Amino acid sequence: MIVLNNVEKRYGSLEVLKGVSFTVETGEVLSIIGPSGSGKSTILQCMNGLEPIQGGEIIVDGVSVHAKGTNLNTLRQKIGIVFQQFNTFPHLTAIQNAALGPRRVLGAPKKEAVERARVQLEKVGLGDKLDHYPSQLSGGQQQRLAIARALAMEPSYMLFDEVTSALDPGLVREVLETMKLLAEDGMTIVAVTHEMAFARDVSTRVAYFDAGNIVEIGPAREIFANPAHASTSAFLSHIQH
Amino acid sequence: MFGSYTFDWTPVWNAAPELLYGAYVSLQIAVLTFLLGSAIAFFLALAKNSGRAILSVPANAWIEVSRNTPCLFQIYMLYFGLGAIAPSLDSYSSVFLAITFNNAGYMAEIIRGGLKAIPPTQTRAARGLGLTAPRAYLFVIVPQLIPVIYFPSVNQFIWSLLNTSLGMIVGLNELTGVTYSLQSITFRTFEFFIVTAALYYVMVKIVTALGAWGSRVLLPNATKGERR
Ligand SMILES: Nc1ncnc2c1ncn2[C@@H]1O[C@H](COP(=O)(O)OP(=O)(O)OP(=O)(O)O)[C@@H](O)[C@H]1O
Ligand SMILES: [Mg+2]
Repeated sequence: MIVLNNVEKRYGSLEVLKGVSFTVETGEVLSIIGPSGSGKSTILQCMNGLEPIQGGEIIVDGVSVHAKGTNLNTLRQKIGIVFQQFNTFPHLTAIQNAALGPRRVLGAPKKEAVERARVQLEKVGLGDKLDHYPSQLSGGQQQRLAIARALAMEPSYMLFDEVTSALDPGLVREVLETMKLLAEDGMTIVAVTHEMAFARDVSTRVAYFDAGNIVEIGPAREIFANPAHASTSAFLSHIQH
Repeated sequence: MFGSYTFDWTPVWNAAPELLYGAYVSLQIAVLTFLLGSAIAFFLALAKNSGRAILSVPANAWIEVSRNTPCLFQIYMLYFGLGAIAPSLDSYSSVFLAITFNNAGYMAEIIRGGLKAIPPTQTRAARGLGLTAPRAYLFVIVPQLIPVIYFPSVNQFIWSLLNTSLGMIVGLNELTGVTYSLQSITFRTFEFFIVTAALYYVMVKIVTALGAWGSRVLLPNATKGERR
């Protein structure tokens, strides 16, 4: 379970998160939607401690992420993150990309690390691309590689930050399919997304985020059918047309 | 009278062992100061980029002084200047330390330039996996940095090899120093300087060839690892 409690985040004088509170239950798929620049990526990067916060608290399985003495490297082992810009490692092949975490974070023997990597690459449909470099893969394949790389750590949570936004329209579906399979497997997912079909059909809950705070959060169907706030319905009608 | 100058190569030939030993000393200083300077440069680059004044101010001072003053002065400062405040250094140590100081400054800027070519999101992705900062550097950043800084580093090595000739000024028996004393004994100035120039030329050509060969061995997938 991930609990955000009144989280405040500033970049210099820019207030990005203004007291954000919500909970991610184990096994749920939470989609975060909202306008550009509202702080959605920032929330995800605070959740695994890539960004410090200035107020409030984030608790992952009972551990306070930003407390002094929290070992962030250990914590990140159970929180996978996938970014908009893939961020695959260009000097490593697909299998080396996916084996890096198990090998160099968990200290698994090489054979075991490679095996874990192979299982995940097959799962995301890259079983025939093990020895390809990222530059030899399409955008959709690179993004699936980034997902497999995170999964090879066998995390309890996956954070997705607009993972389909940088893709050609034709490649979006294969990545969404992969995420959907993961959701069906019971993975706990927090996905920042502009894909309303994913938010509506795959996620259990949807949070509408605007100007540094959650405007409303609830079951996906409810948010889409009758949003409680005018700004939510304005955003939804804008993005769906 | 110039037209009637008669070349006499015998003294040069007889001095071949001394010249070759001088070349060996030059090469030795160049290699060791380059390795040591590059190692220091890596930390200077990180310190300058750290955004913390306690690290970046001294690092920046090192980089600025080493790159914006003549290497000759840097050797002088250690050889003559240091004597005023500390036990003075012998010629080998002062040349060695000055060229290390100089190399570190130049290599730091080469490394910083290389780091700029690697998107910061690579570090973010590596840390996001749970890699510690040193491991993120070792397994993700440095392997991408090497192809970027490789050829500038080879150039810097050549530059520092030629800079070892400044050792002559403080009486060090590197190639130029050896040449200088031999020609003053034998008065065959022309012959000695021509041969020494040729030796430098050959050394640089060998380094260049090794550099090209090394790039094929060390960077086999430099073209595959292209960035988006
Ligand atoms: N490292 C940074 N330094 C300063 N400002 C930043 C930094 N990262 C983000 N910001 C600012 O914080 C605000 C929130 O950014 P964030 O990336 O979280 O928005 P977002 O909701 O993910 O937007 P998008 O939909 O465009 O990805 C923006 O105004 C952005 O310019
Ligand atoms: Mg974003």
